[in-house]
Amino acid sequence: MVNICLYFHVHQPYRMRKYSVFDIGHNLHYFDEEKNREVLRKVATKCYLPANNIMLELINKYKDTDRKFKVSYSITGVILEQFERYEPAVLESFRKLAATGCVEFVSETYYHSLAFLYSKDEFKSQVEMHRQKIKSLFGQEPTVFRNTELIYNNELGKFLESMGFTATLTEGADHIMVWRNPNYVHRIQDGTMRLLLKNYKLSDDIAFRFGQKSWNEYPLSVDKYAQWIHASDGHAVNLFMDYETFGEHQWEDTGIFEFLRSLPDALFKNPGTTFLTVSELARYEPVGELDIHNFISWADIERDLSAWKGNHMQDSALSELYAIETAVKESRNAALLEDWRKLTTSDHFYYMCTKYFNDGDVHKYFNPYETPYESYINFMNILNDVVHRLNRINREKRLAIEMQQGYHAPRPSITEKPVNIIQ
Amino acid sequence: MSNLKVLMFGWEFPPFFSGGLGTACYGLTKGLHEQNVDVTFVMPQGPESMHAEHVNLIIASNMKQYRIKLTAVPSLLQPYLSAAEYTTAYERHAEKLQNESFSGKLYGKNIYEEVYRFSKIAGRIAQSEEFDIIHCHDWMTFPAGIEAKRMTGKPLIVHVHATEFDRTGGNGVNQYVYDIERSGMEYADKIIAVSQFTKNKIMECYGIPEEKITVVHNAVDFPHVEPHHIKASEKVVLFLGRLTLQKGPDYFIEAAKKVLDFDPHVTFIIAGSGDMEARLIDRVAQLGIGNKVLFAGFLKGADVDHAYRMADLYVMPSVSEPFGITPLEALRNRVPVIISKQSGVSEVLKNSLKVDFWDVDELANKIISVLNYRALHHELTTHGALEVQTFNWNVPAQKCVAVYKDVLARPPATSAMMEVLARAR
Repeated sequence: MVNICLYFHVHQPYRMRKYSVFDIGHNLHYFDEEKNREVLRKVATKCYLPANNIMLELINKYKDTDRKFKVSYSITGVILEQFERYEPAVLESFRKLAATGCVEFVSETYYHSLAFLYSKDEFKSQVEMHRQKIKSLFGQEPTVFRNTELIYNNELGKFLESMGFTATLTEGADHIMVWRNPNYVHRIQDGTMRLLLKNYKLSDDIAFRFGQKSWNEYPLSVDKYAQWIHASDGHAVNLFMDYETFGEHQWEDTGIFEFLRSLPDALFKNPGTTFLTVSELARYEPVGELDIHNFISWADIERDLSAWKGNHMQDSALSELYAIETAVKESRNAALLEDWRKLTTSDHFYYMCTKYFNDGDVHKYFNPYETPYESYINFMNILNDVVHRLNRINREKRLAIEMQQGYHAPRPSITEKPVNIIQ
Repeated sequence: MSNLKVLMFGWEFPPFFSGGLGTACYGLTKGLHEQNVDVTFVMPQGPESMHAEHVNLIIASNMKQYRIKLTAVPSLLQPYLSAAEYTTAYERHAEKLQNESFSGKLYGKNIYEEVYRFSKIAGRIAQSEEFDIIHCHDWMTFPAGIEAKRMTGKPLIVHVHATEFDRTGGNGVNQYVYDIERSGMEYADKIIAVSQFTKNKIMECYGIPEEKITVVHNAVDFPHVEPHHIKASEKVVLFLGRLTLQKGPDYFIEAAKKVLDFDPHVTFIIAGSGDMEARLIDRVAQLGIGNKVLFAGFLKGADVDHAYRMADLYVMPSVSEPFGITPLEALRNRVPVIISKQSGVSEVLKNSLKVDFWDVDELANKIISVLNYRALHHELTTHGALEVQTFNWNVPAQKCVAVYKDVLARPPATSAMMEVLARAR
């Protein structure tokens, strides 16, 4: 007997517009509004709206029975903003789902960032921003956390526990689990917070392999899949995936929506199976602790950070970005801070990945740039404009103070770091 | 099964040599040897090889190791010689030419006559050689290939490294050259193009059906040397190539101006010579960047490597580049590259930055980025240098062998068909 925990991640970044070195100091438009609107409209039509409809349909179908259909979502702040601006209908459909009582929202960084790796302060700020956004839109206060791309290690576990979370999601990576079973709730090292581990085999059967004709299980019938689930043991099978699986990664003509629609019936054939949200699953007593010293994630076969921190370009972009964090904050310029935060979105660094560039693979599918090099150039040019603005703001402030105090006054302690990164 | 035998017509061959075509022929024949193909390479002599026998001997002995039999035909033929230049060269050398060779009359009076004469000699050679297939490189040798086919009925492959449209940038296409190119393509049993870029040109400008053309990208063979960077006082951006419309040096200069307006601490080096040189020098002066843009003249041998090693960045802004081997040479010297999208090499080289040749702003943006963002310079260099190591001539040679086998598997043309073909010309 085993339960099901369905969890979906919903995110679209602010893609950047083409930004040349000659734009630095002259152009404040960093993001490609047209493209972002277009992508969102496309994905809303293909995925978010039809998928939400099915979820609502399923919730309503079972809501008066003793076994309900339940689902958990993490929706990033940046996509919520974009829904508000471009696709309010999607937001409305999520609100309807929230109102059923069968949907739980999961906490994460507002900007889908790697902040935990660079700045605990910024990490906390972004988690708090996200909490407020979710509360204002859906009336829920998340108690379970998922870090960007399921990135996790012991240190993050302790940190989240101190922030008051009851559980966090991460990847049930082979090299971590070894002989252990990801279907059981575990706890963090030296703590009580729960670790909910993705069953990557059964998750990826849907997320990656469902429409793959070369797969020896193709086509995957819902009954066969239900058998696999029923044959599992543990507290719950954790099916964690991108929400875009439905209709965007797996196109409608693969039959993915029908699969989703008929999945609960097939699973309920086994009398013991129920759906759990993440916080319900977190109530189970952990079977043991997991010691995860090095960071893990759900990305690529490496299941590590190499998709975002695997080469010099990524390292330089990230460290230059976080190097100006304090100065940006001290400038007390809201627009500047917001732009800086939009740059923290992890997708920008993912585009710079050279790992599989020579094989031309899955990274390419998600990448709006022709090469990782172009994405890095674009990012750095924009970052340099942020630096340029910062320097100007600081210069003006200093000037104002000097005017006030007379030219011979001692220099105020405004951070001069960073000077132009370009030099 | 005995080895496949190829009668190949070219016009230059290292170490005697050589522009890009000679290097490509050398690499390809070496690769073909690895595939157990026997190549007889026929080439006309240039004016600098008056000691024809002496030079041929050297080449022939060099080639023994590759089992390539080299037959030299004295000639003034040079790939990039215009008709006017040929006339000058002819007059300069006419008195010195005293040799007796295949024909009584040694040199043609002009380049067209020369091409014709080479074709007649080629026909004679074809009759005395034993081979399965004819393979010729670019227009100067097409009449030779056609003649060899007419004489023997053996199938003909024409290999297009550049078209008249590349050489002239589409302006002032020479009708005579165009006609020769077109008849070679029509007469051939199969055409090999060095890139998709070139294949498209052959289809669009010569009306050849797609299925007749196979793309075989060039490669490059590098000796294993450990390159070292020569430290210059300023960052150096290099252009290396003929100063002609085709290579786009004028776009390089316009981009240089934009870069220098942004960051004056950069030096641009233009290495090469050609008919645009005076105009370019003039433009540089006009832009007031004469002290930042240096003309190094035509470089060869060790000087070429030296230029690469001084450079922090190599730019190939070609207007029309069928393949383009210099970016690979630059990367071998661990210099990152920006290449024009209007080049064959941009189809195969992943770890490079690519721009439309006319997009000067974008070229300048990328030059500044490579020079200033150290991580970008590092990644482009590291991955690019690794990538060029994967280019070698075995791959194109295998593709050529596949073309040979495909053509040879077809039913042979009857003499009646040959007759029709001949009359159609």
